[in-house]
Amino acid sequence: MVKKWLVVLLVAVVSVGILGLFVAGSFAGTKNELEIFSWWTGGGEEEGLNALIKLFHQLYPDVKVINATVAGGAGTNAKAVLKTRMLGGNPPDSFQVHAGMELIDTYVIPGMMRPITKYMKEWGAYNKFPKAILDMCSYKRNVYSVPVNVHRGNVVFYNKKIAAEIGMTKPPKTWKEFIKYLKLAKKHGYIGLALGDKNKWTALHLFEDIMLGKLGPKKYNGLWKNKVSFNDPAIKAALETMKEVLPYINTDHSAMTWQDATRLVFSGKALANVMGDWAEGYLKTLGWKPGKQFGWFAVPETSNAFMVVSDTFGLPKKAPHPKNALRWLKLLASVKAQDVFNPIKGSIPARLDADKSKYDVYLRWSMHDFATVALCPSIIHGSAAPEGFVTALNDVINRFVTKKNVAQAMKGILQDAEDNGYLVK
Amino acid sequence: MRRNRGVGLLVVLPSIVAIAIFVYGFISWTVRVSLSNYNSFSSLLRGVYRFVGLRNYYRIFSDWRFQTDLWNTLFFTLFFILGTIAVGIVLALLIDSRIRGVKVFQNIFLFPMALAFVVTGTTWGWIFNPGDFPKDPMGVNLLFKQLGLSHLQWGWYTTTGHIGPFNIALIPIIIAAVWQLSGYAMAMYLAGLRGIPNSIIEAAKVDGATPWQLFWKVKFPLLKPITLSAMIILGHISLKIFDLVYAMTGSGPNNVTDVPAVYMFELTFRANRYALGSSISIIMLVMVAVVVIPYLFYSMRQQKEVRL
Repeated sequence: MVKKWLVVLLVAVVSVGILGLFVAGSFAGTKNELEIFSWWTGGGEEEGLNALIKLFHQLYPDVKVINATVAGGAGTNAKAVLKTRMLGGNPPDSFQVHAGMELIDTYVIPGMMRPITKYMKEWGAYNKFPKAILDMCSYKRNVYSVPVNVHRGNVVFYNKKIAAEIGMTKPPKTWKEFIKYLKLAKKHGYIGLALGDKNKWTALHLFEDIMLGKLGPKKYNGLWKNKVSFNDPAIKAALETMKEVLPYINTDHSAMTWQDATRLVFSGKALANVMGDWAEGYLKTLGWKPGKQFGWFAVPETSNAFMVVSDTFGLPKKAPHPKNALRWLKLLASVKAQDVFNPIKGSIPARLDADKSKYDVYLRWSMHDFATVALCPSIIHGSAAPEGFVTALNDVINRFVTKKNVAQAMKGILQDAEDNGYLVK
Repeated sequence: MRRNRGVGLLVVLPSIVAIAIFVYGFISWTVRVSLSNYNSFSSLLRGVYRFVGLRNYYRIFSDWRFQTDLWNTLFFTLFFILGTIAVGIVLALLIDSRIRGVKVFQNIFLFPMALAFVVTGTTWGWIFNPGDFPKDPMGVNLLFKQLGLSHLQWGWYTTTGHIGPFNIALIPIIIAAVWQLSGYAMAMYLAGLRGIPNSIIEAAKVDGATPWQLFWKVKFPLLKPITLSAMIILGHISLKIFDLVYAMTGSGPNNVTDVPAVYMFELTFRANRYALGSSISIIMLVMVAVVVIPYLFYSMRQQKEVRL
């Protein structure tokens, strides 16, 4: 008898526990809270986010901020978690998302986001951003997210000591010229171009920069608007150039991450590294000063373009605390918040009216270009094309790095483009 | 008696319901998705189900990356099982030989099993990191250099060399996996060896069997059920392997170390191609089922025989 009652008790306890979870879940939405979701957990970015939250606290002291982060470079893990939450109808109040297709294709077109154009105008922020950036955050003329920061994708960082040794006194303007220096570096016993493509994306990062150079910003942007065909000879030329560059990368590239590759430049083993300017932040944390031990230039043939990688925050339709979410977005859209966050994170503000004196010499160079040259969406960082396209292109380029077969890669690119409804004729 | 059965049912009922929903329910759901047009986040969200038959399966089987994955899984499974069983038997025999002090090693050999595959993968990833050899080697290559054996250096898991369809970059991963699970195989064989009645072994010795004959003619045949169990357990681990590969090498250059589970993860959670990802999951399920189900029948039949 006692046994039986024990069992009944056990069942009862478990059921009450499960019930309790559901009840707690359904009440969570009623408190005065703000939940922000991001993958900002690394050096610099975490501090930047905390500074923003602190700023928010000063303005709205009675709102409890829940800082939901999921670690993992470029948000690979966070994005999966976010998708699950969005599907389950349990979105955060606001979440980090790259400007462009990652936002539009995944969340806006299915109708999960609220437009914020009206508010952007109300806050007087609408005309403070470059039009090209807001376009990336827009769908059918409505803005859906606030761009917070901008990273530049098409930058070469190089070791100044090695550059002096091989006689690279001024930045090469063309790939032909750059390859000449890579060859010289190899002759002097250095690695020409450091690459770390264990996680694949860095190879596509290099390729999209070469492609941007060969196509030029106008045609590159046309690819995504179905104005330019993927069958353009410039894409084939980009593959040819990449093939010429590949002999000068380190042999163990597939065992390395992007940090390892940047470290090769830092430790004096490699001349240069093509990377987004988060590498600048990384070199600074290693103890180098921009312009002193390392120099930089736009990837050859792309000095008239700025490959944009921009983090933005949007407003989900089912956000449990829309009022607080709007307060958060309003803060993010302000100059003050952008100038607090970006110098810490090592990126530039998306607004054009920021205080330049708060940024280092590299970031000022980047800000100048951001305001003057053509802005182009990055493929690998989710802005230009849907994620399905990016993953397949990643595979094509990964294979190309090994096989070096231009015709095969071209076929793969065209097939991928056709699958995703881009022009191939 | 009767009341007891009622209570028993009540106790197991939650798990029956949970398994029905969370295992079989979700398997059927995955089958359903794998036959659908859910190949983007928005089509999944809108939830307008369109049945496309076996189109996703057709597409995945004609995908060169998936074909590479299947070859990789085949060779990985083969060498991993052979290696683990061979090392496991040798270790078990050593410990069973009752040499003084050998007992300590019993636990040491079993220890790697307590580690997560992610930890093993990361660590062996460092060990087999080739570095920019021969000039600037790392890991094992550095060891070779310091021993004056520089000619033995090679690219380990970064190499794209292959023997027929076997990508030799898989070798370091096989070594890591064997390292992790051979202790487990040892424990199984040790239990088996201890279960062999001494009288049989004594009889064989009296008949003049050499140690070699004793092993191959007496012990190994008696250990057959253990070998079979080990093969099944190791086989289903290796067919589903994900974490070890993902942490240690990723897909590798030209997918030389890619496996179906990694591709499934990328298709589903990166590319939002849920239908294609689901079809890989189902293919993996079928592969494991082919290995496990005959074994289940076999062991069920044996149990019945025992009861008779």
